[in-house]
Amino acid sequence: MTSADWPLWEVFVRSRRGLSHTHAGSLHAPDAAMALRNARDLYTRRSEGVSIWVVPSADITASSPDEKDPFFEPAADKPYRHPTFYDIPEGVRHL
Amino acid sequence: MTTTAPDARTYEAVFDATVAADERIEPRDWMPDAYRASLVRQIAQHAHSEIIGMQPEANWITRAPSLRRKAILMAKVQDEAGHGLYLYSAAETLGTGRDELLDKLHSGRQKYSSIFNYPTLTWADVGAIGWLVDGAAITNQVPLCRCSYGPYARAMVRICKEESFHQRQGYELLLTLSRGTEAQHAMAQDAVDRWWWPSLMMFGPPDDESAHSAQSMAWKIKRHSNDELRQRFVDICVPQAESLGLALPDPGLRWNEERGHHDFGAIDWDEFHEVLRGNGPCNEERISRRRQAHEEGAWVREAAAAHARKHGGTPGEARA
Ligand SMILES: [Fe+2]
Ligand SMILES: [Fe+2]
Repeated sequence: MTSADWPLWEVFVRSRRGLSHTHAGSLHAPDAAMALRNARDLYTRRSEGVSIWVVPSADITASSPDEKDPFFEPAADKPYRHPTFYDIPEGVRHL
Repeated sequence: MTTTAPDARTYEAVFDATVAADERIEPRDWMPDAYRASLVRQIAQHAHSEIIGMQPEANWITRAPSLRRKAILMAKVQDEAGHGLYLYSAAETLGTGRDELLDKLHSGRQKYSSIFNYPTLTWADVGAIGWLVDGAAITNQVPLCRCSYGPYARAMVRICKEESFHQRQGYELLLTLSRGTEAQHAMAQDAVDRWWWPSLMMFGPPDDESAHSAQSMAWKIKRHSNDELRQRFVDICVPQAESLGLALPDPGLRWNEERGHHDFGAIDWDEFHEVLRGNGPCNEERISRRRQAHEEGAWVREAAAAHARKHGGTPGEARA
């Protein structure tokens, strides 16, 4: 295995307690331990994180942008899922 | 993927509409081959500049005048390595891996910013680089945070956040020298004299000679022309130089009330093209040092790979 074959890892960083992990970027590393160390050096040099996840990019299943319309269509015609859909008389409070 | 599918026209219309709406293109979207190629060229050149740019400054780490300055300089040089990696990752989302790009850098088939082919002769050069070279880079890079290609724009956001310390530490360093002894002041002035013009060249050739500009602007990869950014940089620097108590080495530099900008002297484009062609003071040295560093790091990469094999290997291998 040369460095060219090192798997790609996606890096997720929790910036502080109370927040979820957010995608920060990606990097190559031979194994998970090295991926974590490299991620720390690359993405948290200024205390940007309190926790890091690394996930092999190959393990991520993604929706394809080509399928965008049909895939996300079920949500498009359901405006009644949003609170702004409903007419409430003026003056009614706490609603 | 970029293929000439029967409905390539529809894809192109979606691409055009996305760019027109100021939305971002993402890696798995269809994009014109020329857009992809243009991005790879620009991002690669940018990434190479970050890692080659480590050399002129690293040259002074062991000779920094105090522990404070040494720690700052190491942090800055390490940041530049990080910037290179963010950008190689962005290029990889376009299907071009880091090894391929490094090969092209090492064999001279891809370029890096010509500014890094100038030598760092004195400690004051570290200050001039931070103030002027990082300053010019910031002026170039802030608009790239809104570049139409998502991964490049996101890398630039991260880079710009880190760059502001680079510029400020350089300015502070020069200010300390400028207010120091006569010899220190002279050293600071000499550094500014040598770095000013090459910094102006960092914005690239004048607009009427810039090969890639018009198309890049249409694709919203670039947002402002070379000359526009160069003017912005000059206008920013003039008052900063005044506060430093240092002169900018251009007798033609003066405020133009009518334009609302500073006029400045003619740039020596022959020098720029010479350096670009490989005839700058340090071209040879920078590339051979880069190759050497890569070769000398081989054992680290091999050891990491051997360790991974011994302890369960990669997830990919484990599944296979
Ligand atoms: Fe940088
Ligand atoms: Fe920098």
